Amino acid sequence: MAVGLLAGRAGRLALLLVGVAVACFALMELSPVDPIDAYVGAEVTRIGPEQRALIAERFGLDEPPLVRFGLWAGRLLRGDLGTSTIYNAPVIGVIAQRFVASLALLATAWALSGLLGFGLGILAAVKRGSPVDRAIRWWAYTLASAPTFWVALLLLTTFSVTLGWTPVCCATPVGIDPADATLWQRLHHLLLPAATLSLVGIAPITLHTREQAIEILRSDFVTFARAQGEHGRGLVRHRLLRNVAVPALLLQFASLSELFGGAVLAEAVFNYPGLGQSTVQAGLRGDVPLLLGIALFTTLFVFAGNTLGDVVHGIVDPRVGSLHRGARP
Amino acid sequence: MTAVGETLGRRPGSPPRAGAAKSLGLTDRRARTLVQIGLGVAALVAMVIAGTMLAPAAELTDLTARRQPPSLAHPFGTDWLGRDMLARTLVGLRLSLAVGTLAASVSAVVALLLAAAAGALGRRVDAGVSWLVDLFLAVPHLVLLILIAFAAGRGAAGVIIAVAVTHWPSLTRLLRGEARRVAASDYVAASQRLGRSGWWVARRHLLRHLVPQFTVGLVLLFPHAILHEAALSFLGLGLSPHAPAIGIILSDAMRYLSAGAWWLAVLPGVALLAVVKAVDMVGENLRALLDPRSVHE
Amino acid sequence: MSLLSVEGFSLSFVQYETGLRRRRLEVITDLDLEVDAGELVAVVGSSGSGKSLLAHAILGVLPSNAAEGGRIAYDGAPLDAARRTALRGREIALIPQSVTFLDPLARVGAQAQRAADLVGVTDPAGAARTAFRRLDLGHSVADRYPHELSGGMARRVLTATATIGIPRLVLADEPTPGLHPAVVTETLGGLRLMADRGAAVMLITHDLLRAVEVADRIAVFYAGTTVEVAPAAAFTGDGAALRHPYTRALWQALPQHGFTPLPGAQPPPTDLPPGCLFTDRCPLVVPECRQARPAARQVDQSLVRCIRA
Repeated sequence: MAVGLLAGRAGRLALLLVGVAVACFALMELSPVDPIDAYVGAEVTRIGPEQRALIAERFGLDEPPLVRFGLWAGRLLRGDLGTSTIYNAPVIGVIAQRFVASLALLATAWALSGLLGFGLGILAAVKRGSPVDRAIRWWAYTLASAPTFWVALLLLTTFSVTLGWTPVCCATPVGIDPADATLWQRLHHLLLPAATLSLVGIAPITLHTREQAIEILRSDFVTFARAQGEHGRGLVRHRLLRNVAVPALLLQFASLSELFGGAVLAEAVFNYPGLGQSTVQAGLRGDVPLLLGIALFTTLFVFAGNTLGDVVHGIVDPRVGSLHRGARP
Repeated sequence: MTAVGETLGRRPGSPPRAGAAKSLGLTDRRARTLVQIGLGVAALVAMVIAGTMLAPAAELTDLTARRQPPSLAHPFGTDWLGRDMLARTLVGLRLSLAVGTLAASVSAVVALLLAAAAGALGRRVDAGVSWLVDLFLAVPHLVLLILIAFAAGRGAAGVIIAVAVTHWPSLTRLLRGEARRVAASDYVAASQRLGRSGWWVARRHLLRHLVPQFTVGLVLLFPHAILHEAALSFLGLGLSPHAPAIGIILSDAMRYLSAGAWWLAVLPGVALLAVVKAVDMVGENLRALLDPRSVHE
Repeated sequence: MSLLSVEGFSLSFVQYETGLRRRRLEVITDLDLEVDAGELVAVVGSSGSGKSLLAHAILGVLPSNAAEGGRIAYDGAPLDAARRTALRGREIALIPQSVTFLDPLARVGAQAQRAADLVGVTDPAGAARTAFRRLDLGHSVADRYPHELSGGMARRVLTATATIGIPRLVLADEPTPGLHPAVVTETLGGLRLMADRGAAVMLITHDLLRAVEVADRIAVFYAGTTVEVAPAAAFTGDGAALRHPYTRALWQALPQHGFTPLPGAQPPPTDLPPGCLFTDRCPLVVPECRQARPAARQVDQSLVRCIRA
């Protein structure tokens, strides 16, 4: 049965990627942007028609749309996402390398915001109506309304510029070869971007967890537990935590999409050389192959996250899957 | 970026701003909610008026008062051209609010039409709409925004199109659920049996039922739209660098951060935060009015 | 003196509807009940008429927007919030309605063990095993999750978990809906046994016929009020021994006794009439009935709220 499920998932993924690919291609076709202008950028007035023709030929821009789509789709199926016009390297390679750079950032923020958000949400729900609850809610609401890049700027101003505790930019110290940077230096540079992403991620998780926990505290089985004398920490430990954790986990895996969005902005402010920064550069400098490649890759990333979430949910929730088996006599 | 809350269509819980209304001695929930809505709307209107009146002041350069920290004369300080930052911020907020609300409104109308179609025009249309929603939600929001903003040629038009095209999915999902519930109801079945077409059913029954949720959804879309416009402008993919949108202001401020001009980045951001919070407060209170059980005090 | 004594108990909730308009739901208006050790008293009324809330009130596990009135006394002393907290799970136990009252993510054996732990027994695991065995639940049941239990099994698990501490007052909340008749017999028989062994048992149910089989007395519940508390023996024949017109109508509406339904419906908790709550449907109504709610008075062996009884 599991195999069937995974096959179904793979099918859905394939359909999704095809949909995204077609939609992206159609978008580029409808776009008023001249790909050659985008590629050349500021120098556009300085190139003549022969050079334009050469560029068009190089990137296959002079063929009719359906042919181009066919060629592009064919290459895609073979795993060739084209060449990035900015980095002059295969798109797949650029994405892989940049994603690895972003991974530490994404993973740290994902784990931190998940754990802290969960804890704060439970605390707020258990102490509902109290000053603690109000403070947590106010803080989470404010943070959720704050632009991610501004939070980044705030942290940058406070810790890097005013206090000088953290570096002002990049993933490794300026002036030395990135490959030579030590682990400590890397962590030092990771600190603020990770803090930004974590902070921004904590807020909605806190609010959702609180909501879930309040629902659980109203449920029948909590009423029965209380009728047996359960209260306070015992109630939280035995009845609340697990029941809130299960939907919370599902939510965590579903939050990868927003996480990546936040990473784009955090990397922009801190000049962190990850996939987010590449996305912005690709958009600014018209690197269409890279942009499309990133669109497909991030779709895959989000889908993988959701699927993993469903798998984990199936493991921790004993009710999932047994809908087929039903109650045993 | 408002993260997960956006994916799920709404931000849970009620904002703890009861303080303002409670201090007026109002303990009745209905009165409190109405007052909060009133305060929020009043604050936003005041800001828009201030932004309009201060538009010329925002352009005034005074090279003798460059990069001044906040003072009585310039509560938000001045920038590198000596322009008053408070005036610039207010003008920028007005711009961001305008762009954001325009884009969100277009998005909301699209969402309403799609949801109504999904409910009234049968299972195949519903499946199609569902699939379209899933497709749009499959790509991270910001990636989609960058892609569309780029394809639309950037600038104000680009931002509006990008934001409009990317905000309808979650609202559609929400409204579609409601639409299908209404579509499954008895009086709709009766209408269909009487030979009424799908569109007639949609107009007569569905739209009327969807309007309250649509209104709340529309207002709650504004904060996301405003923040996304600001993000795009900050990255350089949005409004042109000469328009004083908040994103542009903050992006410019980055250049002067190491010189210690913290007020250029911090204060406009606080102002944007306040605007987003005000709009959100109005939206959440509207939702409490519409469906009290959805909000936990 | 009875172990449990409920006098003039009332319960209301504040609810918000669209537009955040407040309204007050009076779920229980005037409830009188006494249950003594060794007795089984059934509270009978239509499903969802707020009877379960009485049990929740006695245990002190009502939601926060509930407002109480009247008096509840336990073992001679008033049952205030502090006492309710101290006694629940130990001396006073709730046997809940359905399997939704069990934690869906924990094995039932572990939940029973936790209940034993809360009561304060020295060997919680052993006590849980014993309780399960007492109710004929095999070894493997303890490892199951609530959704893996059949209806009858769930009922026994709930009973076992609730009565681990050998309580003095047992509140059984609607234990029979949806169960096979044999399981119903077994369940009610179990409650009767608890009463015979010295516990005070309050059975909340809508099934009048089966309640009569095991109860000592029956309290008839209508629109939030006890209209009559009669001995079970009075529920016989054509119901001539029953004093309140509603009780008689309820008895006669049963398929076995003439199947004569009573027209109309119970007034909703948001819209209760000023006088006697039964005036709209009562065959014996007179103008005085509409003026004030009748007080409870002793007529023969029953306690009745009716000026015509």
